[in-house]
Amino acid sequence: MSDSHWPLWEVFTQGAQGEPFEHAGSLHATDAEHALQNARDVYARRGEAVNLWVVPSTAITASAPSDAGPFFDPGNDKAYRHPQFYKVPRGVKVF
Amino acid sequence: MEPTPNAPADETALNAAFEAKIAAGDSIEPKDWMPERYRKQLTRMMSQHAHSEIVGMLPEGNWITRAPSLRRKMSLIAKVQDEAGHGLYIYCGTETLGVDRFDLYNQLLDGSAKYSSIFNYPTLSWADMGVIGWLVDGAAIVNQTVLAKTSYGPYARAMVRICKEENFHKRQGYEICATLAAGTPAQREMLQDAVNRFWWPALMMFGPSDKDSPNSAELLRWRVKRKTNDELRQRFVNLTVPQAQAIGITLPDPDLRYNEATKNWDFGEIDWAEFFEVIKGNGPCNKERLAARNKAHDDGRWVREAATAYAEKQAKKRQTEAA
Ligand SMILES: [Fe+2]
Ligand SMILES: [Fe+2]
Repeated sequence: MSDSHWPLWEVFTQGAQGEPFEHAGSLHATDAEHALQNARDVYARRGEAVNLWVVPSTAITASAPSDAGPFFDPGNDKAYRHPQFYKVPRGVKVF
Repeated sequence: MEPTPNAPADETALNAAFEAKIAAGDSIEPKDWMPERYRKQLTRMMSQHAHSEIVGMLPEGNWITRAPSLRRKMSLIAKVQDEAGHGLYIYCGTETLGVDRFDLYNQLLDGSAKYSSIFNYPTLSWADMGVIGWLVDGAAIVNQTVLAKTSYGPYARAMVRICKEENFHKRQGYEICATLAAGTPAQREMLQDAVNRFWWPALMMFGPSDKDSPNSAELLRWRVKRKTNDELRQRFVNLTVPQAQAIGITLPDPDLRYNEATKNWDFGEIDWAEFFEVIKGNGPCNKERLAARNKAHDDGRWVREAATAYAEKQAKKRQTEAA
């Protein structure tokens, strides 16, 4: 591990208590603790985060854009999973 | 060259899918197929942009110890730290194209990388800190606001993050200018001198005129660029003239006048010979900047080595504890 080839970490920030974590970017650091400190300095200089996650980039498995179609198909052709699919008598407020 | 079987047909289909995405205004993401030339152009643009953020720390870092008050000093430190952050956001974006940050650093350190010509001008007075924030960050904002809609996703997202921070840079600069403009005759004179020196280099930041910008058409078609260099330059001039008038500062261009027909501020001819000289490495501070960057890198070596040694020691400790 030379001084410039530190492992890559993905940084996730939570903007406020109760909100989901969002990918902010990546950085290089020697270990998790170092990555956390760097993430604070790089991605949270203005109170952008109340919590941080750092994850080794190699630990992330991503879906492949080339099979995005077939991979997500099962979710796309099921209109009955949406409320608009269902008819309601005229004039009735359901929500 | 031996033709690879199937490659041309595959490539045509992939290219069609890529072009369709661009046409639909979708963002291109790191794992998407992209033409080699698109990857190359983005790597070039993004690495130059990242280098500019890093080198951009030097002219201002130069004045931190001489800031006239604690308030100004705090602002300047925070701004310079932001620029380091901007460099990191964009280096991280560039790595998603498959280049190694280590190689990019080395290109900057050995002088083979390009960066914005503006940072090769000297910062001679405190007023330069105001004028850099106002004009240089102001020009950067015009450029980056449009880049936030660029077709390459990681670049666009880095720009969104950066744009949020740039407004502070511009306002702290303009506040310095407005303060000096309302000050003593000597302060006004110092400010006017700084504006005189930085105005034209700031206009050059948008790059060569459209007729001398061979890459522009392709970059616009790929939606990497969303506006031409000249369009952005004009937008910057239109924004800046009223700001200069508001503090009673003269922009050093006798041809500057409002055009009722186009609703633009027309401006004089830019000295492109000077621009290309600075790009070639013959600007007033090219050598100094490179030397300062190398010194900073060398001076930081022990910190990087210490961090590496500490991490290795911790890893060993965890191993023995686990055993
Ligand atoms: Fe910046
Ligand atoms: Fe800035």
